[in-house]
Amino acid sequence: MTDANTIIERGRVGILVIGGGPAGLAAAVAAKRAGVDDVLIAERDRMLGGILNQCIHNGFGLHTFKEELTGPEYAARFISQAAELRIPYLLNTMVLSVDRDRNVTIMGREIGVRTITADAIVLAMGCRERSRGALSIPGYRPAGVYTAGTAQRLMNIEGFRIGKRVVILGSGDIGLIMARRMTLEGAKVLTVAELMPYSGGLKRNIVQCLNDYDIPLQLSHTVVDIRGKRRVEGVTIAEVDQARRPIPGTEVSYDCDTLLLSCGLLPENELTRMMKAGISPVTGGASVDDLLQTDIPGVFACGNVLHVHDLVDYVSEEATLAGENAAAYVSGSTGRSAADAIVEIGVDGGVRYTVPQRIDVGHMRDSVTVRFRVADVYRDRTIAVYRGEKCLSRRKTRVLAPGEMEQVKLKKEELAGLTADEGLRVVLED
Amino acid sequence: MAETRELTCINCPLGCALTVTIDGENITVTGNTCPRGEAYGKKEVTNPTRIVTSTVPVDGGDIARVPVKTASDIPKDRIFAVMEAIHAVRVKAPVKIGDVIVKDAAGTGVDIVAARDVSAA
Ligand SMILES: Cc1cc2nc3c(=O)[nH]c(=O)nc-3n(C[C@H](O)[C@H](O)[C@H](O)COP(=O)(O)OP(=O)(O)OC[C@H]3O[C@@H](n4cnc5c(N)ncnc54)[C@H](O)[C@@H]3O)c2cc1C
Ligand code: SF4
Repeated sequence: MTDANTIIERGRVGILVIGGGPAGLAAAVAAKRAGVDDVLIAERDRMLGGILNQCIHNGFGLHTFKEELTGPEYAARFISQAAELRIPYLLNTMVLSVDRDRNVTIMGREIGVRTITADAIVLAMGCRERSRGALSIPGYRPAGVYTAGTAQRLMNIEGFRIGKRVVILGSGDIGLIMARRMTLEGAKVLTVAELMPYSGGLKRNIVQCLNDYDIPLQLSHTVVDIRGKRRVEGVTIAEVDQARRPIPGTEVSYDCDTLLLSCGLLPENELTRMMKAGISPVTGGASVDDLLQTDIPGVFACGNVLHVHDLVDYVSEEATLAGENAAAYVSGSTGRSAADAIVEIGVDGGVRYTVPQRIDVGHMRDSVTVRFRVADVYRDRTIAVYRGEKCLSRRKTRVLAPGEMEQVKLKKEELAGLTADEGLRVVLED
Repeated sequence: MAETRELTCINCPLGCALTVTIDGENITVTGNTCPRGEAYGKKEVTNPTRIVTSTVPVDGGDIARVPVKTASDIPKDRIFAVMEAIHAVRVKAPVKIGDVIVKDAAGTGVDIVAARDVSAA
């Protein structure tokens, strides 16, 4: 066991995990358990656990632990596993840059600016919210407009009061959770407006965060105006047509002091871009093979930096795989085929993307989980996997929604001898 | 007189629209696709319960607030009473995950417990 400072002085590490959220923690734990002694986590925040520290509500870990934990409790399970394995970590330490040879510049309160070379890297930087700059709401930007996640951090970690009369734009899970949270703290949440004709949030959250408190959800609605110069005084909401343009005459005005924006998450991929790793235009995360390896050998990705997850259980599962594979890479036991023997997974019929995006049939594990999202709400469709023209599996579904990640399993025996020409596709059928 | 309530089942992504009819002792659920929907509908009209989570200020800790939760679910109509009990307390660091912060909150028989460790600063 080497401590973090010794590793920094040495300027070399076996596996560097960037980010100490649930993904980074699970990856580091898995790498260590797989026999790599030399693992270091770099976390820019003042504590481990990532975004889970501010997610104080329950509902985490149903799949993994068969009980409903709060975010901090879920994080604590993995933090104590990392502590038991004596995995060194650096807090208040930000990775500034990485190059293709895995030379890393890091800056920390205690260590200053240093460079270190890693034999393998696991990218686990999470995601951030789409900011209001990314939204086209006209008008001033008075105080009182927050992204839902910022409001969540200010309330739950810093202990600030956010506002008394609230409108929320966007029905993603963080917005729904915040509608309940602010209501319980004495605020009045007037409405949640959602641009799309369906909510991106989980059913459970719509029922337990909105219906329980009689907060109206208005689908196909958006904010068209924000009033107030220094502080928000009110917002105007209008219905939108199928092209998502506001319909004149449907405007309704609300007096409020706070507007929360819950308009989706984007993987935090500055470092990935700096390395010039291939990025999927659909997920906004790195494009990876079945080892969760980017197109730069020895660089792996998992969690929300790879694609946005709604369940932390899948983050942990994915990160465990990335950590094991990073360990196999540094011990030289991951064979990889030549580039032309690696098959891209095609999508069709409403499947937007898959992760992994490609698969090395020659070296894959016996079974590989492929996760994906769909483009719209679909009823009574079949998820099918095709090898060329041959159907490998079919599963009927009652309902599919963009907010719920789906998965299929690929078996090695079914893919033996598969070539890129023959092709592999995940599709939705009637 | 029978009374009906419209609910959404939350047990799976299908989200069936349930209609629950309450006729004295007799409760019937329609609109469900599977038995879990029936059980959910019955519980929601007879004894709906929720876990409540919040935060409590900490004095002398390395962070300003400790997240807390009800140790088990409480009746839904007691949520705001439990919130009042939570708002009435401050704690001193250190706090250990699982520590009882409020005993028998608002007469529900359920304790409020800490959901993380807070060390003394
Ligand atoms: C605001 C917000 C609220 C959410 N709420 C919920 C919820 O209520 N329920 C739910 O199931 N899911 C929620 N999610 C999804 C949640 O992100 C996942 O469940 C899970 O936490 C993702 O884990 P992760 O480790 O990939 O990312 P994170 O938890 O975001 O962890 C990434 C870590 O990397 C660190 N980092 C980033 N860049 C660097 C760098 N350059 N150098 C060093 N460290 C770096 C960050 O500080 C952070 O600690 C939320 C996400 C966000 C953004
Ligand atoms: S009734 Fe059954 S199928 Fe319908 S939402 Fe509930 S659990 Fe799902």
